Amino acid sequence: MAAETVDGAARGAGAPSDAPMVDIRGLDVTFHSKGRTVHALSGIDLAIEPGEFLTIAGPSGCGKSTLLRVIAGLTEATAGEVTLRGTPVEGARRDVGFVFQRAALLDWRNARGNILFQAEMRGLPRAWARERADALMEMTGLTGFENAMPYELSGGMQQRVSLCRALLHEPDVLLMDEPFGALDALTRENMNVELRRIWEATGMTVVLVTHSVAEAVYLASRAIVMGPRPGRIIEEFPIDLPGHREYEPTLESPEFRRVSGRVRELLGSAAHAE
Amino acid sequence: MTELTRQTPTLPSARLVRRARPSRRRRASRGLVAALYPAVFLALVVVAWFLVTATEMVEPYIIPSPADTWAAFTDYPDYLWEHTLVTTRETLAGFAIAALVGVLVAVLMVYSSTLEKTFYPLILFAQVIPKIAIAPLFVVWLGFGTSPKILVAVLMAFFPVVISGISGLRSVDPELLELTSTMGASPVKTFLKVRLPAALPELLSGLKVAATLAVTGAVVGEFVGANSGLGYVILQANGNIDTAMLFAALIIMSLLGVLLFAVIQVAEMFLIPWHASRRNRG
Ligand SMILES: Nc1ncnc2c1ncn2[C@@H]1O[C@H](COP(=O)(O)OP(=O)(O)OP(=O)(O)O)[C@@H](O)[C@H]1O
Ligand SMILES: [Mg+2]
Repeated sequence: MAAETVDGAARGAGAPSDAPMVDIRGLDVTFHSKGRTVHALSGIDLAIEPGEFLTIAGPSGCGKSTLLRVIAGLTEATAGEVTLRGTPVEGARRDVGFVFQRAALLDWRNARGNILFQAEMRGLPRAWARERADALMEMTGLTGFENAMPYELSGGMQQRVSLCRALLHEPDVLLMDEPFGALDALTRENMNVELRRIWEATGMTVVLVTHSVAEAVYLASRAIVMGPRPGRIIEEFPIDLPGHREYEPTLESPEFRRVSGRVRELLGSAAHAE
Repeated sequence: MTELTRQTPTLPSARLVRRARPSRRRRASRGLVAALYPAVFLALVVVAWFLVTATEMVEPYIIPSPADTWAAFTDYPDYLWEHTLVTTRETLAGFAIAALVGVLVAVLMVYSSTLEKTFYPLILFAQVIPKIAIAPLFVVWLGFGTSPKILVAVLMAFFPVVISGISGLRSVDPELLELTSTMGASPVKTFLKVRLPAALPELLSGLKVAATLAVTGAVVGEFVGANSGLGYVILQANGNIDTAMLFAALIIMSLLGVLLFAVIQVAEMFLIPWHASRRNRG
């Protein structure tokens, strides 16, 4: 049963095929707290196509998390329009999968229970959810750890559980906020390869925020770089790399080096501009 | 099958080393060792107690010997048992009411800031009034039956339940709540599956404190006006300068508190085995 809907064919069913999955126009976000006003995002225009893998890089505090949260409906736009699958975003959206920097697991449930939490809260059919959870755990290399409690899992494995949970309900858009930021370099590379593979297999839309230039370029079909105060998009890079990417060869390719060099430059100047 | 399941994991599985859980038997023996330390200390206290009384350093009516105290138990077992039951009943009733009402009030205050602003200062105020000072008032209101004792026990035990309940319910990871909001779950479901389990560790600590306070509350209630219960036994023994009986009643009182505490400790083993406080022992 899961098979038909997991594949790319059914993606973006809610929106006309040529409409963007996410459409952001003239987005402004300001926060007022303790008498201070923070202009977190200013004049953001961004359209994310169905099936795109968009990465967002930028210096700390430039509003990357805020942008992601606005798409999910967790933070309200101060001005501008945000639509997801053709409907305006007002309040938390159910048609997304969200992965935070920390795995944010339920300490009292084992790996499978944490993944099935998604299904229970949504009232999805139990047998279907269980089958899908098992398939996802196999895909992310969690087989054998179904009954392990969060404290028995390494950081990387916890993050994989969090990823499986975000994928369980087959969301149209997967939103990830520095999902691998807390992992060691090697685990992080492995997770990058894996995520890229999952994206290839499912064809869903992914938006991923990262501090790592390599991650931003390796994963993306398009990368955007943001600048601070107020947070805005300073440049966009379509990534002209093959669809299927082996890790080392990709990192050594001239295109990868060209783009990541440029991104690094931009990030450096954005950081100095403070 | 599906595109999804045909994929084989590319990750080296050697990295996925599972952390071992301590075996049940290891944990049990660790528990025994843990009980050894206080047992040895207690034995030393009894020996010191014996020496102090045997050398007649103090008069028996000030500190009775261990043997005299033991005799109070063996000479009047029915008398002590009867009054212990009375105090136990009051304590349990007071604790149960305090736990139920306390959790309910904590939930209401966490979900409504208006209720919190209204009642939090009042609850704090009620807490700082010395219970022993208002206990006589309860006797005037409710008579000499068990209800004023239960009421004092409730008042004593209520505060730690509310405070631990509030801070437990607040301790839930805000990201987890945001996550559940993207799942479109009802507030009731979110409460039962996220907030309440997350609150359990703190709530159970509060309940342990409340259990011991409930015993004190019941006895305080008995001090003020009663013809049964351990508080009554203590007052009687005091009037008769029967310190051995007084000691016996005190020991039972303490055991009652320890027992209730232990029951909740055991409940923790089943309710929150995942919590760090249960895993990091020994
Ligand atoms: N809830 C909030 N209330 C007030 N200010 C906020 C809030 N959330 C974010 N901000 C402010 O908005 C700005 C952007 O924050 P945001 O978290 O989006 O940055 P970021 O790019 O994700 O940073 P980092 O890379 O460090 O995670 C910051 O200056 C931050 O202080
Ligand atoms: Mg952030």
